[in-house]
Amino acid sequence: MIDFIKTCDRKTALFFFLSITLMFTLIIIVMSEAYGFNIISTSFLKILGKTLCLCIVALAMDLVWGYCGILSLGHFAFFGLGGYMIGMWLMFERTKNIVINSSEKIVLPLTDQEMNEAIGNQIFGVVGSGDIPTIWYFADSIIIHLFLIILVPCILAFIFGWLAFRSRVTGVYLSILTQAMTLALSLYLFQNNSGLRGNNGLSGLQNIPNLGQISQAELSVWFFVASSITLILTYLICNLIIKSKLGNVITGIRDNETRVRFLGYKVESYKLFIFVITAIMSAIAGALYYPQAGIINPAELAPIASIYLAVWVAIGGRGSLYGAVIGAAFVSLSSSYFTGGQIPDINLGSFTVKWVDWWTVILGLSFVITTLYAPKGIGGLIETIFRKK
Amino acid sequence: MNILLEANGLNVSFDGFKAINNLSFSIAYNELRAIIGPNGAGKTTFMDIVTGKTKPDSGTVLWGKKNLSLLRMSEAKIVELGISRKFQKPTLIESQTVFDNIMLSLKKPRNPISTLLYKISSNDKKEILNIATEVNLLEKLKSLAGELSHGQKQWLEIGMLLAQKPNLLLIDEPAAGMTAPERNKTVKLLKDLSNNHSVVVVEHDMEFVKALECKVTVLHEGSVLAEGSLDFVSKNKKVIDVYLGR
Repeated sequence: MIDFIKTCDRKTALFFFLSITLMFTLIIIVMSEAYGFNIISTSFLKILGKTLCLCIVALAMDLVWGYCGILSLGHFAFFGLGGYMIGMWLMFERTKNIVINSSEKIVLPLTDQEMNEAIGNQIFGVVGSGDIPTIWYFADSIIIHLFLIILVPCILAFIFGWLAFRSRVTGVYLSILTQAMTLALSLYLFQNNSGLRGNNGLSGLQNIPNLGQISQAELSVWFFVASSITLILTYLICNLIIKSKLGNVITGIRDNETRVRFLGYKVESYKLFIFVITAIMSAIAGALYYPQAGIINPAELAPIASIYLAVWVAIGGRGSLYGAVIGAAFVSLSSSYFTGGQIPDINLGSFTVKWVDWWTVILGLSFVITTLYAPKGIGGLIETIFRKK
Repeated sequence: MNILLEANGLNVSFDGFKAINNLSFSIAYNELRAIIGPNGAGKTTFMDIVTGKTKPDSGTVLWGKKNLSLLRMSEAKIVELGISRKFQKPTLIESQTVFDNIMLSLKKPRNPISTLLYKISSNDKKEILNIATEVNLLEKLKSLAGELSHGQKQWLEIGMLLAQKPNLLLIDEPAAGMTAPERNKTVKLLKDLSNNHSVVVVEHDMEFVKALECKVTVLHEGSVLAEGSLDFVSKNKKVIDVYLGR
């Protein structure tokens, strides 16, 4: 009977998720500046598009933590890497176009070497070197860079996961290792000679090369729709994994690793599989996020970002996919609301409540309250409400 | 007699404490064997070694006709060879149904891709029903494993071993928490199993061991003290001193 209710729940959840997301997407398009009645601004549309990308990472986090029990505090590293991979192409190609345009006034066409020097100076002048680093070798090719969005985080996740899981590092020790991974990556990227412009990061990513004639208002709708479709696909993939026997194995690993191991399952392979898959999901989300954000820098990979991710999923509800989506959307939107300066500070005479500072306190409190009184988060609350009816 | 599993000269120590001390043990095909011994005699550690959980400091464990050494194999590989284990404390996936627990145990490919693509066949369903019938859990198939009584949990775990179609079953304290009729049924089940499996039962309960009517190995301080029928070992003076006499 419980089995029946569960599958029923999952199907209803899937149905509601799909219809709400589709409706939401359509409504936003209709309200958009470029294709609709110009009710919402392009900058707000970009915030919504970015929020959808954050929901994708939250799904990945829910799969790896909520279902497989691996509290990874490093999935934003993969998100950032995905952003860097698409950012390299965006920045290189755009700079190349600028160089070509400005060279049209010159009589003699530029040689390849002159071209490279000009691009190098444009991009890397800021970190004091005009040479194009070797890792930018493929930056001219969108195809290869789309491929790298998946490949680079995949390799990092595989090597890290293989070493960590094979040594049977679990629990809080694994979480600390993942934090160390994202911190190390972030510190490396901060260096000027990392080849990725140090703390300047990559910028101007909102301008898509060869699409100069298309306005930001239109582009933002395109990215919003792309993010929405990717979110739906990710949800479907996660759903497929959970309802398969693989889902039984990974929740088994979460609840009783010993039993699963002594049933003959290679627990390490499963953890690695889920870790790598979710890293790829995060990277794709990152590659969609940063063209909407316009800029990426190493601070985005700071350990705190991955901790926030865990907080979203905890508040939204571990172990329910829609919970993770709700959590990420709700918390990140409230965060930009509170820290965006839209609500006036409250003046209490000698003391002023500045929302930018107090938002962190609110977030911390709601995390504590969720953990104590609603361990299954918002998703769990929704479930109990529907169960009672 | 054909030997299925042979352990020779095993030694394990934890922080200087010798848990297993020059232990040798062997079991034949389709043999039912009981291991008894006081707490700390090394019964569970011995099972840990055979299933790959603990690596011994020295000694050998050989398996089957080809005399494969189990000591360098992973836990998963050992299960694949056909050794299944029931733990002392019922070890199930409590958040999943009885059906799912047995389904996960079925002898199928164990890699992530084939579990992702796995579709349950009517044969598999039939097999699960058969196993559930055998361990008296047919009515409980849709219940969560965590909701079962202690005795039922023990049975579910035995059912999960059956689903793996092993050659050797290592069963740690199957009778704990069972009522008298449940015990009788377990005895019968284990005896039936030994018609075509080798079964090692670790048990404290003398009545239960007596009912199994099989060869008994008495462990003490990590090595074998006596071996033979229960009557035979009960008359052994050393056994009386360390265990039965108390």
